[in-house]
This record gives sequence, C-alpha cells and structure tokens, in this order.
Amino acid sequence: MPEPLLEVEDLSVSYLTDSADIRAVDKVNLSVHAGEFLGIVGESGCGKSTLLFAIAQLLSPPAEITSGRVVFRGQDLVQLSDSELRHVRWRDYSVVMQSAMNALNPMKSIGAQFKDTMRAHEQASADAIRSRPAEVLRLVGIDEAHLDSSPHQLSGGMRQRAMIAMALLFTPQLVIMDEPTSALDVVAQRSLMTQIKELQQQFGFAVMFVTHDMSVIAHYSDRVMVMYAGQVAEIGETSSIFERPLHPYSKGLLDAFPSVRGPRRPLTGIPGSPPDLGRPPSGCRFHPRCSEVMAQCVTTEPDLYLVEATQVRCLLYAAHREAASA
Amino acid sequence: MSRSATTVGEDGAALLRTVGLTRHFRLGGLLSRRMLHAVDDLDLVINEREIVALVGESGSGKTTVARLLAMIYPPTRGEIYYHERSVHSLRSRKDVLWYRGEVPMVFQDPYSAMNPVFRVAHGVMRNLKLHRPELDRAQRREEAERVFDIVGLNPAGDMLRKFPYEMSGGQRQRVGFAQALAVRPKLILADEPVSMLDVSIRAGILNMMASLRADEGASILYITHDIASARYVADRIIVMYAGHAVEQGPTEVVLSRPKHPYTQLLLSAVPDPREKAVPVSADSGEPPRVISPGEGCRFRQRCPYAIDKCATITPALRPMGPAHDAACHVAVADPVDGDGQSVDGIAVAARDSHVE
Repeated sequence: MPEPLLEVEDLSVSYLTDSADIRAVDKVNLSVHAGEFLGIVGESGCGKSTLLFAIAQLLSPPAEITSGRVVFRGQDLVQLSDSELRHVRWRDYSVVMQSAMNALNPMKSIGAQFKDTMRAHEQASADAIRSRPAEVLRLVGIDEAHLDSSPHQLSGGMRQRAMIAMALLFTPQLVIMDEPTSALDVVAQRSLMTQIKELQQQFGFAVMFVTHDMSVIAHYSDRVMVMYAGQVAEIGETSSIFERPLHPYSKGLLDAFPSVRGPRRPLTGIPGSPPDLGRPPSGCRFHPRCSEVMAQCVTTEPDLYLVEATQVRCLLYAAHREAASA
Repeated sequence: MSRSATTVGEDGAALLRTVGLTRHFRLGGLLSRRMLHAVDDLDLVINEREIVALVGESGSGKTTVARLLAMIYPPTRGEIYYHERSVHSLRSRKDVLWYRGEVPMVFQDPYSAMNPVFRVAHGVMRNLKLHRPELDRAQRREEAERVFDIVGLNPAGDMLRKFPYEMSGGQRQRVGFAQALAVRPKLILADEPVSMLDVSIRAGILNMMASLRADEGASILYITHDIASARYVADRIIVMYAGHAVEQGPTEVVLSRPKHPYTQLLLSAVPDPREKAVPVSADSGEPPRVISPGEGCRFRQRCPYAIDKCATITPALRPMGPAHDAACHVAVADPVDGDGQSVDGIAVAARDSHVE
C-alpha cells in the first residue's frame, strides 16, 4: 500500500478550562490515502469537529493539541509555524465549514472573497486571480455571474457550493468538510453530495467528511470512522461496517433511523445521552448506554481490536486480539 | 392500515379543520407590493386520535401552518374550525386560553424554548395555573409529576427541580411535551421536535409521540422535513411545497404510490443507510421563490413532466385513490377497482425506482 496522504498519530486535544481539562479528542489514529473518501460519524459533542480542526491546525484557545502528530505528505503540521502553514493550507489541503452563511463574509461579493483567498495563499499571477474564481464556480454548477453576488443573494445550497468552489481554488489533495450538508434539505443535500463525489473522481483529491448522518456516509464514503466520546469506536470499510457493524454503538446508530422503504420496524435508538467529556465514564465510555454491557466493561478500558479489516473498541472483540497475537 | 378515518367524516367528526387557510407576509415597507406567500389555500383535516405529518422542505410553509393553528398570528384569509367552532371568533381571554390549552405547541429548538433562569418545573406549573385554575398547589405538583412520568422523565420529583442547562437536548424536548400534556391537550402541534436532537435519542421521542396518542388520546400534527420519521409515526401525510399542499393521503399509500412529482423527488432523495443509493435526478434542490407568484403550479420549473397547462392553471387537489389526493395536472388516479396496479406512466416509474 502506498504511503498515506495524511497520517494522524495518537492525536489528543484538550479544552483547557479553569476547573478541568476536557479531553475532546483522545489518542486518535487514522490515515487517509490519496483520492479516498473517509467519513467520520458521531453525535454532537463526540469531538468530531474538534478532530477536524486539529488536523487542519485551526484550533484556537482554550483548545490545544496536547499530544500526537498530524503528518501530511511527510510533514508534521503540528510543528509548523503559522507562516509555514500558510503555504500548505488551502493550497494542499482546504476546509469546507459547516455553516456557509457564517463562513462567508456577508459584506463582500463571492468573487472578491475568492480573490482574497488566492492572494493570501499563493503568489498567483494576476491572470490566474482573474480567471480561476470563475472556473471553480462553474465546476460546482454556479453561473459565474454570481461572482458579483453577495452571500445573502444565494440560496443555502448555492452558498455551500460556493464554499466548495473556494476550497478547490488551488486543486488541493485533501479537502476537509465539516457537516457541509447538514443545513440543507434532502434534495439539495443529495445533489451536493453527488457533486462532491463527481469532483472527487475528476480531480482525485481525498475527502475527510464529518457528519452525524449515517445515511450520507453509507452512500458516498469508502471508509468510515465512528467516533464516540472523543475516541475512535470503530473504523473500517464502509460496506463492511454497514453490513455488519461490530460496535454496539454503531449498531445503535444504524437502528436509530426509520426507513422510508421496506417494512416498518420499531426503533430502539440508544438510551441515555452522550457523556460529559469532562467526566467520561469509567472503563468503556459507552458502557452506561450499551445494550451488550458486561461486568468488565465498567472497569476495563477497551483497546482497538482488529476484526478482519475493521478496528473496533469493544471488549466483545478482545478475544480477537489475543487470538491474533497467540 | 390507517387507524382512523382519513378525511372528515360525514358526521363532521374532524377535531380541527381549515378552509382555504392562507398567510402572506409583506416584504419591505408598508407600501410594498411584494408579498411572500407562505401558505396558500390550505384545507387541512385532523381527526381525533390521529397523527398527521406535514412534510416539506424549508420554506415550504409548514411552520407557518403550525403558527397559524397556534394563533401566533392571524391568517390573511381562510378559517380554522376547532370542533366546528371558528377559531377566528374566539375573542374573550377565557376562550383563547381554552383553545390554546386544547391545542398547545411544542417548539423545534428545546435549547431556546425554556427560560434558563427557572427550574423546568416553572414552565409546567405556570401552564397548569393558567389553563387549569381549578387545581390547588399540591394538585398542580402532582399533575406536573404525572406528566413528567408520562414523557419518561423519571424520577419526576428530581427532574422537576432541574434547570434547563442540567438537561440534555432529548430531556428538554421531553419537558416541552410534558408542558403541552399538562393542559390536557386534544391536539399537539409539534414543530420539528426531533430535528435538533442527536440521532440516537430521536427514536425515543418518536416512540413517545406514538404512545401519547395511544395512552393520552391526543392527536398530533407532526411537522417535519424528514419523510422517514413521518412514516414511522404518522397515520396520514400531507406534503407541502411552496405554500401549497401538493399531496395527501394515508402514509403508506403516499409513500408507496406517490402521485405528485415533488413527492416522488423527495422520496428518491431520502437516504437510507441500509439501502443502495438510487440513481439521482439532475435536480439541484433549489427551493422556489414564492414572492408574488402568479397562477400555475409552483413546482413546474423543477418538474420533469410539466405541460403547458401547468404554467397557467394552479392545480387543485383531486382524488387519486381512497383518501389520497394530489395537486397535479399530469398525475393519473389509481383505477377504481383498487388493485393498486396503476397504469399511469409516472406512478409506475416512481414505484419502480423508489420501492425496493
């Protein structure tokens, strides 16, 4: 297998507050290969957005990377200074934020914001600065006349598209997306996801995509990582996780969706609510809500165990590792 | 399949119905002629012990309907009849309080719907004091504990003493339902009650809504953009598009034999983690602008089946099958023998691409 494009090693992020350090991301390991679509799912407060921000080096106090490395094309981003980062950021990797309404400057036209971005990150020629914004806008299916439009003149779907166009200004190798579709209606969401997938196939960039919606992940990602309480609960091929989820939390998430097709089945959901990361439960962090909880779950913190090609953090599979190492 | 009559019975048994309900908002200054048509000519029927889902995308007017029904603002035109009594004619404070107690609303955002400086008991107790003045202090407390128990907030005594910030989103939404229940409602207007909640706790709220109908006998108008959750709880579904009801009928009928091209589009876009993605239409999902619209079907610009007539005549709801109506010039009704085999091109194509 070729060298991964991005390798995150033992990354931990804490929010440093007066009373306690809240560890929002706890020793996360993951890798993204060139051209891959990695989906990250989890509920609010599980640390998924914090993880993305940490990878993109966009954290601001009180959040801080307390340990770990983010190796992107052989370079540890954590160690780079701001000015060094400026050459990598946006040119080699870019970020699409959750709320385009808040991410775009309401006082400036779309075109002016695109040009600012180009000037800030590259010694772009005046020619490129003139022509590239129109090009990327066309790529996402927006008429270039909208370069002169202000954000409020675009619909929610178009604003998200404009954000994606902005992320593609320099044809990056990795595009990080934080819930880009969660504010959109189903039809618009569907159309945007299809477009992202098409652009990805056309340009071959890798996508890291964060969402709370399992179904979006199911249809578009190659691999999926399920996050719970700041940790990786399960990571593996999308098809295998959706066919046979291993972690009780993944199973619960899949069972929480009513279906529009097929028979009507009662939904169970997952009892309780996500834990407070300032005081995570002992042992397995999911044990208070788990339907398959065992006595040892309360005391023993599970590792990630390898089951076929899937890594899962659950003591049900602890035997697998012993079997593998024996 | 459906547990109750799906249209107003001959005996006029509808709990609530609207006739030509319309609400426009003026855009710009007082003299502006630009009118936003949020809801146009809506005839809606909700029967006793019925869960009706009002489904549509943002901007379709579904929240405006809830607010009209909750008397948050008056309609531009049209009437609301509750137990055949015109809501418009309710003038005295006593009558308005009575109606609001019978038809309470649960809001979308449980984080902003509660006063953060009061314990959650405050809202419930205040509701009781206002709407059920016959209860004394101890009885109010008892009643508050009873409704907290019903919505699954136990132990009720402890829960009542909590502040909103001490509760999770799901718990707060349950408080919202408890407040509504405390006034012995006949119809709960639930405006997107699960859309702000995490997926793992949505199922609990949906199940609770189903049991409120079963155990408390309340009807629910469930407003949502999520057609899958509508299917899960509702007997009947009404699809709104750009201020118009475009299709209505028993949930399973509408979802298995959608007649309106918009309903078909909506269904094809619903993702399902257990299913392979169905092929995508080229539709970009752009919502329509309903500012001073003229005649004609509001879906026509996005509609693959649009004909000339669609631009000139606004389609009205017409029967497609038993209790199943759609507002479309092109859609063809099911044959009367009722074997479910539609010969209509749209419906057949829709069935093939959306089911299975």
